[in-house]
Amino acid sequence: MTSTATPTQTLPDAELAHYNPKSESAGTKRAKSTVFHLVALALTAVVLYPGLWMIASAFKPNAEIGGSNTSLWSNNFSFDNFVTAMDGIGGVSTLQFFTNSLILAIGAVVGTILSASVSAYAFARIKFPGRSIFFGMMIATLLLPFHVVIIPQYIVFQQLGLVDTYVPLLIGKFLAADAFFVFLMVQFMRNLPAELDEAARIDGAGHVRIFTSIMLPLMKPALISTSIFSFIWSWNDFLGPLLYLNTPDKYPLPLALRLFVDQTQSSDYGAMIAMSVLALLPVLIFFLVFQRYIVEGVSTQGLKG
Amino acid sequence: MTQSPTLSRRSSSSASPLPRKSRQRGADARAGYTFLLPWLLGFIALTVGPMISSLYLSFTNYNLFEPPKWIGLDNYTTLFQDERFLQSVGVTVSYVVFGTPLKLAAALAVAMLLNSKRRGQGFYRSAFYAPSLIGASVSIAIVWKAMFGDAGPVDQGLSFFGINLGGWVGNPAMTMPMFILLTVWQFGAPMVIFLAGLKQIPADLYEAASMDGAGPVRKFFNITWPMLSPVIFFNLLMETIHAFQIFASAYIISNGEGGPAGSTLFYTLYLYLRGFSDFRMGYASAMAWLLVIVVGIITLIFFRTSKSWVHYSGDAK
Repeated sequence: MTSTATPTQTLPDAELAHYNPKSESAGTKRAKSTVFHLVALALTAVVLYPGLWMIASAFKPNAEIGGSNTSLWSNNFSFDNFVTAMDGIGGVSTLQFFTNSLILAIGAVVGTILSASVSAYAFARIKFPGRSIFFGMMIATLLLPFHVVIIPQYIVFQQLGLVDTYVPLLIGKFLAADAFFVFLMVQFMRNLPAELDEAARIDGAGHVRIFTSIMLPLMKPALISTSIFSFIWSWNDFLGPLLYLNTPDKYPLPLALRLFVDQTQSSDYGAMIAMSVLALLPVLIFFLVFQRYIVEGVSTQGLKG
Repeated sequence: MTQSPTLSRRSSSSASPLPRKSRQRGADARAGYTFLLPWLLGFIALTVGPMISSLYLSFTNYNLFEPPKWIGLDNYTTLFQDERFLQSVGVTVSYVVFGTPLKLAAALAVAMLLNSKRRGQGFYRSAFYAPSLIGASVSIAIVWKAMFGDAGPVDQGLSFFGINLGGWVGNPAMTMPMFILLTVWQFGAPMVIFLAGLKQIPADLYEAASMDGAGPVRKFFNITWPMLSPVIFFNLLMETIHAFQIFASAYIISNGEGGPAGSTLFYTLYLYLRGFSDFRMGYASAMAWLLVIVVGIITLIFFRTSKSWVHYSGDAK
């Protein structure tokens, strides 16, 4: 694979002295381009296969999914699995699970945007004693396996009678507990020219004014990346809801899926996969719409998927 | 850090520099802590407090219903005689040790393939990234389980080529390769980061090396690897720490049991089962703290050894 990576490698020695990338003949260029696309397309097929298999299976009758079916095509495509999947599980409709997931995800986005932007402003733009120590601690929490906090957190929420509510799942979002987003916004704000706030200060603006009317509008790209990722992370979160939610009518989709797997015991494969597709649908739509933002966000901020 | 030289010049040239400056400083301190309040509250209530509390719990016997009973180091000593615990360590370590380097190697290889001015690069980049976004979800775990089911599509596809592995999901020998494939499939996120790093390497370095007659292997080891080393370091650290914490896929694929024969009993899954199925909160806290210590030591080793192989462009100049 590496041999196709750098196209300049295969130049004959004689040409090296006068090396000029543009001097390659049109024929070699086309050949290299063809090889590149063949390799890349083959890889695309492998990478996308599980997703395509999932979508195809969701439309297939049960008998064709299990067992030997590697094919993506069927002559019996139908929406039957989706009809079954929409019925939901445990007496709760799939629409309800969708609504629950949506409430949690929107809550996560709102909370994260509010708390992370305010905290990031303090780290990036205000000088106060202890700032660098707190900043270091914030970075340290990025590396901290969060399993070390789930047990005491659970005990506290249980004593407060908040188990089986959305409070434990959302409170962290409103308290900037996802350090990654704080970090992302700090990095972004540090790249904004300092003269902006200096000028505003001379005009008598306080931090609240500077934050709301100068920083926030300029931070739009960072706010958008944060919204997209906190939505998707919340949408896919499994451990949090698994720990805290007990009644099915409060379940978000990932927990509903688990319930579905448990109760049908793979007897209705088609519906199970159709429901998996439904659960991923918003993420896939997000990805198609915000593709640029997402991939750029990852490449510049090192955000994890 | 953000204080610009213009500001200090300006304030010192004003009529009464000292009182104004200190008043400003006091106001800044107040504003700083006010703005920091959400994070600070969360940090104390959701991180520091729980960490101290779980450290205490790790020295106790606690089942959520009776008050914690102090038992000293018993949880820790019991852990090392607990066969299921040792098994979960083995499972997780082999996942981290094999899965992470393979994933990063795939990410780097594909990033190098894509690092050229060719049409369609953006499309491939997005297509390869997509699995990273959904790979840890319950939906994908269900799909993986179905695809790798005994006599499922993957098995059948391989047997077409005469390869008979005896199933994946139900075969203790094959569950780990199945999970490693799941993580390698998500090579897109580190790949995108590698790609951004590769674009930073000046093209004339490669041109100069070509003129000196360097082949692809030498160029890789003498230019690509050192120039990319900060990015490799970042990816290696983040992916390693991440790999220790795999949970949803393990839970779904093994029905929350870690089977068959404990071959998918990942550390976090065992922690969850101990804490929230058996309600042995003290024991689970001890497991959580061991994980923190191990991750801390690994991070420390990474940073210590990084001096010998990670080159920041500032060093050379």
